[in-house]
Amino acid sequence: MASENAPLLQVKNLRTYFNTPRGTAKAVDGVSFTLERGKTLAIVGESGCGKSMTALSILQLVPEPAGYIEDGRILFEGRDLLDLTWEQMRAVRGKDIAMIFQEPMTSLNPVYTIGYQIREAMLIHGKEAGAAQARALDLLRRVGLSDPEQALRQYPHELSGGMRQRVMIAIALANRPKVLIADEPTTALDVTVQAQILALIRELQEETGMSVLLITHDLGIVAEVADDVCVMYAGQVVESAPTRDLFHDPQHPYTKGLFASLPARNRRGQDLATLEGVVPDSTNWPKACRFAPRCPFRWQECDTIPPIPNPPASDRPVRCHLYNPAIPGRPDASTVRKEEEARGLAVLPSHDDAPAPASQKDAEVGR
Amino acid sequence: MLRYVIRRILLAIPTLIGVLLLTFFLFFGLKNPEVIARQNLGKNPTQAQIQQWLADHGYDKPLAEQLKRSTVDMLLFNFGQSDTTGEEIKERIKKGAGPSLTIQAIIFATGLTIAILIAVLVAYFRGTYVDRFGTLLTVVLISIVYVTYIIGLQYYLGKRLQYGPVWGFNREAGLAKFILIPVVIGVVAGIGASIRLYRTFLLDEINQDYVRTARAKGVPEGTVLLRHVLKNAMIPILTTTVATIPTLILGGLLLENFFGIPGLGGYLIDAITNLDFAVVRAMVFLGTLLTLIGYILTDIAYALVDPRVRLE
Amino acid sequence: MSFFQSDFFLNLVPCCVVALLLFAIWRAGKQPLWAEAYRRLRRNKVAIFALVIIGLYGTLALLESLGTTDKASQTRITLLDRIAQKTGALAVQERYYSAPLATMTTGEANPQPLKAPGQHLLGTDGVGNDVLLQTLKGARTAFLIGGGTLLISTPLALLFGLMAGYYGKWQDDLIQYIYGVLASIPTILLLIALILVLGRGPVQICVALGITSWVGLCRLTRGETLKHRDREYVRGAKALGVSDFGILTRHILPNLLPVVIISLTLGFSGLVLQESILAYLGLGVGGNIGSWGNMIDAARDELAREPVIWWNLTSASVALFILVLAFNFLGDALRDAIDPRLRS
Repeated sequence: MASENAPLLQVKNLRTYFNTPRGTAKAVDGVSFTLERGKTLAIVGESGCGKSMTALSILQLVPEPAGYIEDGRILFEGRDLLDLTWEQMRAVRGKDIAMIFQEPMTSLNPVYTIGYQIREAMLIHGKEAGAAQARALDLLRRVGLSDPEQALRQYPHELSGGMRQRVMIAIALANRPKVLIADEPTTALDVTVQAQILALIRELQEETGMSVLLITHDLGIVAEVADDVCVMYAGQVVESAPTRDLFHDPQHPYTKGLFASLPARNRRGQDLATLEGVVPDSTNWPKACRFAPRCPFRWQECDTIPPIPNPPASDRPVRCHLYNPAIPGRPDASTVRKEEEARGLAVLPSHDDAPAPASQKDAEVGR
Repeated sequence: MLRYVIRRILLAIPTLIGVLLLTFFLFFGLKNPEVIARQNLGKNPTQAQIQQWLADHGYDKPLAEQLKRSTVDMLLFNFGQSDTTGEEIKERIKKGAGPSLTIQAIIFATGLTIAILIAVLVAYFRGTYVDRFGTLLTVVLISIVYVTYIIGLQYYLGKRLQYGPVWGFNREAGLAKFILIPVVIGVVAGIGASIRLYRTFLLDEINQDYVRTARAKGVPEGTVLLRHVLKNAMIPILTTTVATIPTLILGGLLLENFFGIPGLGGYLIDAITNLDFAVVRAMVFLGTLLTLIGYILTDIAYALVDPRVRLE
Repeated sequence: MSFFQSDFFLNLVPCCVVALLLFAIWRAGKQPLWAEAYRRLRRNKVAIFALVIIGLYGTLALLESLGTTDKASQTRITLLDRIAQKTGALAVQERYYSAPLATMTTGEANPQPLKAPGQHLLGTDGVGNDVLLQTLKGARTAFLIGGGTLLISTPLALLFGLMAGYYGKWQDDLIQYIYGVLASIPTILLLIALILVLGRGPVQICVALGITSWVGLCRLTRGETLKHRDREYVRGAKALGVSDFGILTRHILPNLLPVVIISLTLGFSGLVLQESILAYLGLGVGGNIGSWGNMIDAARDELAREPVIWWNLTSASVALFILVLAFNFLGDALRDAIDPRLRS
């Protein structure tokens, strides 16, 4: 069963649907990824792409009764979480897999003290009261609250957003989980506080050896903390790669568009490229390639043949016909490059450590 | 805390004065005391009779004196005498307060508890048929008029099933027996609206982020509802319990009249039939006082439950 | 005052209410803002059913309101009476109580045969009137009281609510104080005091209910106005020099309409219920106007009889129940349709 060599968390072909008045919304539609021990995997995408629902699906916290997991497997240490009973699943939550959320202002219960809420996380998983109290204090100190003794007795409204997110992290870490799911943990915070929280998560990860599944829309954060990246669009993973590779050589037109819309040092004075159009309606995804309506390289087949997740002409999973020689009518490499240059897509983001644009790789695309 | 309470009490005083002035305006400004006298003296009273009646009941004094009577005296609980029987109103109220308060307190406590329990149950089964059935039932319950509840249930529980006497109130003969059916009616008649309201409060809270956090911690669903959701929902629930006071008073009126319970409600109904304005004035004042005390108690309870309320 | 007591005026009220309802439905269907809500409402079968029920009651109220006074007997003959005369037993006057579909009177020492044996679906009452017809006639009083009260309370509530919310400052303080005072007197006690002072009768009841019922809507309006006052579009309109009156009526008020309509729908049912309670307390519309409240009130004695006279109480209660239920369902459906945010 749980072999040491098996990946810690593996999601296979996950489908999470919602019943809405307008029909079934396929929020997550066939998502697969693997989270290795001690690593950080980032899931990136615009709001509405299904990344948060993917995260909630892992803990089976999808808002019921509208939402439900239609299909897929979520293997944690080799065991499928979707096969567990309600009670068994409850024992996993907060113990093996913990989660922190985007809204630190509202994610804590306003009528209970911080201390109570941290202790509760341990008490329900069988820790004895005295030990829980001691560890709560220890945790608060660890996440960097200036006066942990006082904080234990305080109510959430007495703390700032950044402090509350630290408390959330303390709650999540209370039972030394193997996986921490962080759903946009810094989005609601000030920039300076963001950096502190990210540093804290990374530090704690090094200390405890836990894996982190980071949900974010911010490529800057990804560059800073993630080992691997999955780019999600319209309920699907469109591209996944190790962070370095992805930043050096984004392949999917959507990924390219994301990078091009970032402000970068080497493009000062230029207009930022923007992705035209909006994320399509989740009750009615485009039939074939879901990005096609917004894609600058779109041709006829993009609207008729759904792209396969692992095309032969790429070294990584990328859901695009450009990398599949079997699809007729592909534009040749020079056309692609011209189009990219015209739209500012060829320029790559310049993080301090990111090298110059890798345009040779692009040339290979059309080979 | 004490300062907070005192401040709340002080804030209620202008309202109370407003009510007293309003009742004064109603009973002495809009209503001519002579009309009251005529209504009480029966057919074709002579002018002398009217004057005599006005003098007897203190309606002949100047307006300033009347103003004092309907404000200062009220605050000192000097309600004066009944317009029709000449009885001391205060004495009669003292006698009636016991039965009324007993029954209404029991109805209030039972109703609140049962309503919260059912609302939690319905919220637990939200989105299922239990929820739909519960919601439908509450709409049906609030669509039936109080009077029908009383007449129908008194007939069914009392006369058909013989669960208790349908008339009277006798401490020696066993109080529980006499108040059983009135209490059941009072609870059933008021519970639909409460469940409906509490259900929305609970569902509002269930969709909050902190509930998701609790679930992500691994807190069992029952504990989530009872410990996390209910404690937060208690804040709006508490603020609306004051709103049930008028229903309780209405219930008191109808139930006591119908079951022959010698309480304040029955007294007021008699006063309405006899056009006893002095009694009605006193009862309006008492009802208001009760409501204002209810508001103050609510605010105190609110401050105790919600740590975000500042006591300063 | 006599004009307000006249039949003409009293009959105008149900007519106005029905006309306003129709107008509101017609307008709602045309406005783009409401089109979506309207579409959702139309898909809701319960709402359509409730609307049909309310429509039926409204028609009854209308039929009972329109009529002529018979010169010879000085009695009013309404359209409903005329229809009843054409449909067999409805208008046949018996001499005493009779059970539904009975052939003899009930509760007399020596029961007499009926003029229309076995044809009174819901029996007859103490003076021999057909209970079904009396029940149908009660719809007029319900619409008269409910509609009349709303015609008084709604403008009051909107005016004060808008003023308090929009101007703030002393206007707000004053209006809040006024409704604070009114809200701290338990409704039923205030109603009793008002009706005792004003006297009994339909108009007085409407005034009394109007005074006690405007507070809720006013509070709601104030809160909503407060929310809209600082929105961009209001500031924009102000910057363009639109007058306060223009902002209130053309910009804020239309945005409040959804909440107002929901609150009015649910409020109507509450008023109809209160009428019957007032009747029970002896503060109703009076004995000469047929109302469900009066019928229920009469049941106090009827249930003590042997054999029990239950049909009067049941008919009135069921008629009242169905109307109130329809309004409650419609109110809920409207809330779901207009304000999806509130949906559970």
